[in-house]
Amino acid sequence: MRLKTRLNGESYAFKDLKTLLAKANEPKAGDRLQGIAAETVSERVAAKIVLSELTIGDITENPVIPYEEDEVTRVNIDGMNKKKYEEIKGWTIRELREYILSHKTSTDDLRRLSPGLTGEVAAAVAKIMSAMDLVYGARKIYCVTRCCTEIGQPGTLSYRCQPNSPTDNPQTILAGIMEGVSYGCGDACLGVNPVEDNVESTRRIADAVFDFMCKHDIPTQIVVLSHITTQMESMCKGAPLSMLFQSIAGTAPANDNFGVSRDLLNEAYALAREHSLGTGPNLLYFETGQGSEVSIGADCGVDEMTLEGRTYGFGRYFRPFMVNNVTGFIGPETIYDGKEMIRSNLEDHFMGKLMGLPMGMAPCYTSHSSIDQDDQEMGTMLLSLAGANYFMGVPGSDDIMLSYQDTSYHDDATLRELTGRLPAPEFHRWMIRMGLMDEKGILTDRAGDGSIFLV
Amino acid sequence: MENDKLKRIIADVLSEVMSSRQAGNGHASAAVFRNNLNAACDDGEVPDLSAVDFSQILATPEPANGEAYLEIKRTSTARVGTWRAGPRYRTETYLRLRADHAKAMDAVFEDVPEELIDKLRLLKVTTRCASKNDYLTRPDLGRQFDEETSRLIKDKCIPEADVQLIVSDGLSSTAVSHNIADVFPAIVQGLELKRIKLGTPIFVKYGRVGCMDAITELVKSKVTVILLGERPGLATSESLSAYMTYGGFVGINEAARTVVSNIYKGGTNPVEAGAHIADLIERMLREKKSGIDLSR
Repeated sequence: MRLKTRLNGESYAFKDLKTLLAKANEPKAGDRLQGIAAETVSERVAAKIVLSELTIGDITENPVIPYEEDEVTRVNIDGMNKKKYEEIKGWTIRELREYILSHKTSTDDLRRLSPGLTGEVAAAVAKIMSAMDLVYGARKIYCVTRCCTEIGQPGTLSYRCQPNSPTDNPQTILAGIMEGVSYGCGDACLGVNPVEDNVESTRRIADAVFDFMCKHDIPTQIVVLSHITTQMESMCKGAPLSMLFQSIAGTAPANDNFGVSRDLLNEAYALAREHSLGTGPNLLYFETGQGSEVSIGADCGVDEMTLEGRTYGFGRYFRPFMVNNVTGFIGPETIYDGKEMIRSNLEDHFMGKLMGLPMGMAPCYTSHSSIDQDDQEMGTMLLSLAGANYFMGVPGSDDIMLSYQDTSYHDDATLRELTGRLPAPEFHRWMIRMGLMDEKGILTDRAGDGSIFLV
Repeated sequence: MENDKLKRIIADVLSEVMSSRQAGNGHASAAVFRNNLNAACDDGEVPDLSAVDFSQILATPEPANGEAYLEIKRTSTARVGTWRAGPRYRTETYLRLRADHAKAMDAVFEDVPEELIDKLRLLKVTTRCASKNDYLTRPDLGRQFDEETSRLIKDKCIPEADVQLIVSDGLSSTAVSHNIADVFPAIVQGLELKRIKLGTPIFVKYGRVGCMDAITELVKSKVTVILLGERPGLATSESLSAYMTYGGFVGINEAARTVVSNIYKGGTNPVEAGAHIADLIERMLREKKSGIDLSR
């Protein structure tokens, strides 16, 4: 591997691949906190230039954390198609970038390429792409998944309805769902984060949502986002859940901290195949985001974007129904400002799509960061242009349980109009039946009135 | 035929526009304009948008069952029933969201007033963070003190006290300004009644929870308590937390801290929280432990 170059009158030598990948990353607070970020703008660009000349083989065969030491590395490589890899391992990262962007490369070509890549290769190519490259490249790739219903078809844009309550009050949750679905939000799933992580609370919320869903015949998924082991126990005891949710990360120590492993996810999948409301084949729901590893001191010295790529290589193995990126949720020690948040979101969406995942995005912000409503809306519009599968829907942007701001029901309705995309087909037909939306996807005068479900 | 009809309509519209413009040029309308201008400059005040309790208001113009929906809406601060302008927020909804976010951001970026720190006679120190920006991006520096500050703490503070009290801005200065004048004296009084020996109370600027461990090592207190502002949400920026250790040290397990959170007028009442904290301190001193071990 050639890890040296001269640029703008200076010599640059990078110690190893891990260092090179960190230095080639766009500015990120989490990398600065770790002390691994490029020190000058020229050093950053020099790292990108050196990276562009490495091959897919160089990166795949020198993982940033060794195969023997880390389960995430093992799952990335075990889940990779070796035939496809043999075919492409001689390509440079520069060639990979241009292949992705070429007019001659079709959606189908990219979907056949995807199994030959590890998350670190996806991160490497994204590091030599601009914002518009990331949007253009991702836009070519779509990813259809099926649980109870199907989402992700070209021309559709879906949403998770997220009506959290700070007291797990089913009434508050249902009021949020009533209003959300009237705006067309909830075709990806009705998903609630409980305050109390226990079987009783998970069951109580799932029951309330399920009753409402059955009463109004809504074609969608139900998920309650307690810890996966809590959900598994609830599902075994009969809780009506369509899929199982879990946060995942890009190193084994971080996954340990989250209480998750390959064995546990395999077990969860097998359980869901038997006991979930969803008939699959996609029965899991993952949450990811840049900076989760560094925030708990489990980054192993790797930059936060490369770790996010590795997370996708881990997630791909379990064929999830949806993958939810929440870069921006932690705070300014990992993602400093609006620029870092928007750039990271575009990278994550691209890397995930390239890895063949059904990427949903939550460009979001907390109040102790300088990121604001405009940054969030700009990020969301760019991600819609890039073809994100779904976004969140939180009443009035304000999640009163998790204390952060995300996309709202209003944003969801607006994005469909702006991009000319429709809800998932079954959900769209339901909205037409309910008199909430027309054939072309325009909301009727009734939309926005949650009380239509209380008559 | 079609064309003629169209021409006639255009001619009608144009004449209407022209006639209304001419009327607008008259003296009478200039006077109206001046009057309106005066009205805009009077001493009146635009109503306080942050004072409106939106949980009591359903903005939907013709709800199918407004009463039933409002009944649920009243039980939480969820921003539902706000209606829409096209698919977007109504202006009031948008501006109130911005107002609540502004309050939360100001709570992070403002400092605790000096008078308040002086009034409680706290020893003022700063962590290794040089600015609010350092504080937000370097959690490690927010747990440490430089040599000079460490020496100051050692020199000025009563050593080996039963209890060392610390107040810190944390992520919300508002939480400190709103609650400290109630909660701090309540703790002190509680401890005096129990005849527990109190060290020299300290105010730490730019402090993370872990700075309490550095202080414990410097003053060798048995129990250490830090009161600091929590990450603000849009619903409130006033929430304060107390973290407590028995025999703390740098690197202590998080599970060894006893926590009382949600201290503010909408959560745990500050005066009651103070008394509760004093009781917990007494228990920690008696049982010589804190955190999960204490709950057992």
